[in-house]
Amino acid sequence: MRDAFLDVRHVSKRFGGVQALRDVSLTIGRGEIHCLAGENGSGKSTLIKVIAGVCRPDEGEIIVNGRNVGHFRPIDAVREGIQVIYQDLSLFPNLTVAGNLAINTLMERGCRWATPQRIRRVASEAIARLGFEIDLRKEVAGISVAERQLVAIARALLQDARLIIMDEPTTALTHREIDSLFRIIKNLQARGVSILFVSHKLTEVLEISEKITVLRNGDKAADGDAPSFSYGTLVRHMTGREMRRTEPAPSREGECGAPLLHVRNLCRRDAFHDVSFDLQPGEVLGIAGLLGSGRTELATSLFGLTTVDAGTIEIGGETVQSGSVQDAMARGIAYIPEDRLTEGLFLEQSIERNISAVAPESSVRWGGWLNFARMRETARKWMSALSIAAPSAALPVQSLSGGNQQKVVLAKWLAGKAGILILNGPTVGVDVGAKAEIHGKLVELARKGMGIIVISDDLPELANLCGRVLIMHRGRITDELVMTEASESLLAARLSELE
Amino acid sequence: MRLLIITVAVLIIMSLLNPGRFLTYRNFASMCYQFPELGIFALAVMLSLVTGGIDLSVVSAGNLTGLLAALILTRAAAADPSGPMLAIYFAAAIVAAFAAGILCGWINGVLISRFAITPILATLGTMQLFMGIALVITRGHAVAGYPKAAQFIGNGTLAGLPVPLLIFLLLACLVQVMLSRTRLGLHLCLVGTNPVAACFSGLDVRRLLSRTYLLTALLSAVAGLVIISRTNSAKADYGSSYLLQAVLVAILGGVNPRGGFGSAWGVLLAVLSLQFLSSGLNMLQLNETIGPYINNFTKELTWGALLLLMMVVNYCCGRRRAR
Amino acid sequence: MDRLSRILHRHEFSLAAVLVLLASIIALINPAFLSPSNLFDLCKSSAVLGIFALGVLIVLLSGGIDISFTAVAALSMYVTSKVLLAADYSGSVIVAFVVAGCLGLLLGLFNAFFISCYRLPTLIVTLGSASVFRGFLLAFIGTKIVTSLPAGMVDFSKRSLFATTLPGGETIGLSASFLLFVAAAVAVWVLLRYTMLGKAIYALGGNPEAAERAGFNIVRLQFFIYGLVGFLSGMAGMTHACMMRNANPFDLVGTELVVIAAAVLGGASITGGRGTVIGTVLGVFLLVTINNSLILLGIPSYWQKVLVGLVIVISTGITARRNPRALHGVAAS
Repeated sequence: MRDAFLDVRHVSKRFGGVQALRDVSLTIGRGEIHCLAGENGSGKSTLIKVIAGVCRPDEGEIIVNGRNVGHFRPIDAVREGIQVIYQDLSLFPNLTVAGNLAINTLMERGCRWATPQRIRRVASEAIARLGFEIDLRKEVAGISVAERQLVAIARALLQDARLIIMDEPTTALTHREIDSLFRIIKNLQARGVSILFVSHKLTEVLEISEKITVLRNGDKAADGDAPSFSYGTLVRHMTGREMRRTEPAPSREGECGAPLLHVRNLCRRDAFHDVSFDLQPGEVLGIAGLLGSGRTELATSLFGLTTVDAGTIEIGGETVQSGSVQDAMARGIAYIPEDRLTEGLFLEQSIERNISAVAPESSVRWGGWLNFARMRETARKWMSALSIAAPSAALPVQSLSGGNQQKVVLAKWLAGKAGILILNGPTVGVDVGAKAEIHGKLVELARKGMGIIVISDDLPELANLCGRVLIMHRGRITDELVMTEASESLLAARLSELE
Repeated sequence: MRLLIITVAVLIIMSLLNPGRFLTYRNFASMCYQFPELGIFALAVMLSLVTGGIDLSVVSAGNLTGLLAALILTRAAAADPSGPMLAIYFAAAIVAAFAAGILCGWINGVLISRFAITPILATLGTMQLFMGIALVITRGHAVAGYPKAAQFIGNGTLAGLPVPLLIFLLLACLVQVMLSRTRLGLHLCLVGTNPVAACFSGLDVRRLLSRTYLLTALLSAVAGLVIISRTNSAKADYGSSYLLQAVLVAILGGVNPRGGFGSAWGVLLAVLSLQFLSSGLNMLQLNETIGPYINNFTKELTWGALLLLMMVVNYCCGRRRAR
Repeated sequence: MDRLSRILHRHEFSLAAVLVLLASIIALINPAFLSPSNLFDLCKSSAVLGIFALGVLIVLLSGGIDISFTAVAALSMYVTSKVLLAADYSGSVIVAFVVAGCLGLLLGLFNAFFISCYRLPTLIVTLGSASVFRGFLLAFIGTKIVTSLPAGMVDFSKRSLFATTLPGGETIGLSASFLLFVAAAVAVWVLLRYTMLGKAIYALGGNPEAAERAGFNIVRLQFFIYGLVGFLSGMAGMTHACMMRNANPFDLVGTELVVIAAAVLGGASITGGRGTVIGTVLGVFLLVTINNSLILLGIPSYWQKVLVGLVIVISTGITARRNPRALHGVAAS
């Protein structure tokens, strides 16, 4: 039995009226890869904060290296060797790579002087430890997401971390980069560093971890060695119910009616070239690809947020004006963005107002006056149609879980007259239960004739939902797979062949 | 409503401190002529705060637009025309003020929406610019001497109520209705809460911001007209402490400085509270014990202290509500 | 080559170029511009503005904004002058500066208390505190101009380096106040470039949440920042009093915008995290040159405000063009 590095015993924490953690215990051994799984609202983030010293538990104790740590501040956690890499990476965009790498270490060492030479020395050591190349003088604001992730990890390693907590580290990484990350994690393990890996992506969880702890609604629902879990049992522990796999959308191969959306030779400098495809009514089209493939730019161009340099977008035979969101919306295009917190929701505003943000007719009477009764009714209708769990539509959206928040974004567009839905990463950061509900709704919408485009990195999701999947690489469509024949693994294989 | 309690409390305290002088018709009448211009400025500041920015140029814009109207009016006084000609002069003055207001608002709008300059900086610059232009025109002197009838807006009564008060109430109603009951209002609140999401929801953020600053400038123009009419003169830097007071009123009135929420009724109550306080303090000057300490400077100190106090209270209440 | 290209692309380089260009143009129109006495004059005028601007730079870097610094300066310098006068002080001027600086420091901590303990927006807090300081000064301390300052202070205004006597009998030289500005600039430069505190300020402006997670004590940092600004403002106020040879409590307030303009012109971003001492110093020189040229070209002083407003507007427009904070935030995937 490996001796424990971290022992969390009977920790409880309450925020206002919500019991975030209830009598949770967790043990992480030295050099152990431990996964923390759970839906949104299960208490994962709170537990991380408690371990990192950001949050004081109401009850329970934390034992690090055999010692009870008592009053635990973030700087104490760092000194004990606990490092957290948050989802937003906590980097300073205005500082250089070198500055970012060095600043936490120097801070922790209590240095008063931070000369450029010292910073460069510390930074060089950091990237040497991890073994990757990067220009130290570049500003972090200007490097790619994957590079930023590596900077964050290198920074953590620099401070002699004994335990690295990674919060959803793979959301912005390509498959190749994820493999690379896993190799690094195994490497760290060999050096005796423990990893606490928090993720929604159950396939990854099963792949990388040795031990798994599952939280549900603040309680520990299960824990044990990884081989003792299966995808299904994990889901069951996380949600408390069985997961139903949605049926894939029926193939529309035989249909040769007029396409809903007709895209020809679309080009945008530095983003995508010569993109052409058709979207049939009732079809769910997937777009897969690596980071930098231009998928998001394509989506925003279809939606009118960005202009195109050449090519046409036609709906029902009429050309959509490039760069005009109003025109795109008038023709029924809706876009559900990648980052719902910053791009999709008005967090402090009520659910009702969020849902009414787009819909003109259903909530507005003649002359621009708001129809409150209609707004309330619309909100209520969509809240029940999408199973958004909230006591009242007047609550601010920020009080909802990730899954429910995503449903509000969806409701916002569905309340209008959308005929074509473009979704970018629709179930990122969404718990398994809500994910299934959203998928079910999408399939239902497709059956009613809506055209749906799903951009996603979640291969099971693409396999589940889509009839066809386009693969984009460096701005061009390089492949097209019909999903009824092709399996998920074929898709994965094709993707890994790229670059 | 907390604000209502505060307003009534201030009223009571001031009445007690100034027995026999405060609760008089004359005092109330006089107050009702004074606070509307501040109230209109506060409405303008509130609108800009709701959209997540701030318009620091409202007072300067008001002075400038009022100044332009004043120039026309002095010309009218010099010509001493009769009925219809007089009306034309008046109309011209009002039109000039609004036109200047639209121009000021347009400049702010372009800077903020087209060049994406943060509102603080942009309006800091235009505040200086407008005041500078006014200074250049007046060379520092006041522009005075209008036809008698021009004093109506600032000093007259309609149906027994002071005209400025009526104007302010009308504007407050319009603003409130716009904010709470129209789609434009909803969109402004959304833009203030999250401009990026607003963009992604298809809202034309640029146009909405331009419109906001156009509206604030128009409101400032109205305030400017009221001021020159009431004081019968126009100076380039009149009411320099009005900006602080307008912000104070907006915050006191419950506007969230980070954007997304605001109510004209809050502004109304807040400006009343401030006016009671101000008049009360003025009257206290006659009081033997405290009197000698009260002057304009003490009032400035009070406004600053109140602003800080108000924000602290808001913070603490917010914390308690979250628990 | 890469290094050279980096330098050329920086904001400070463009600023220096503009300054040189402007100076050349003015010199062509009116050669008196380049006369030693005028240049020394420029240096003298830039001292107070410069010290203020350094303080504003620090606050802007941390992501905040402070418009109470002139009120702090006025209060510090007036109180110090009165106190020294009452104590019949006749010693070195250094004491005056230290006292004023410490007073400014205390006032700055007052700001820091509200900003940091209650997490209030900095613009509105300093809007309020400016009124508090000013109101307090004028209501309770006094409104009379102090015309006879302690000897040390008057003496300071006459001190200079490189003193030379012109043929006309006039003595000119590099004013001591300018040297004070240079010293302050060097000190702030060292702080920002070489110390952990400096990096902490940049970090706070860049990503306040990350700064907290990294273990920086944000509360202490804010107290340091606003305390430092207060100290610098106190010094600037005292410098002003010495140079004017009187202590007028109504002075200085109203010049906030010029100072902020200098910092912003110098490349400081109002959203925080960006800005340098060199840029700020160049910005100060540019504004002083513009002002000076107005006088030399015979343009009346009330055009000043218009010009300052225009400068702020134009320079922020250019900076905005450089770092497009696009209203659409479209991420690359």
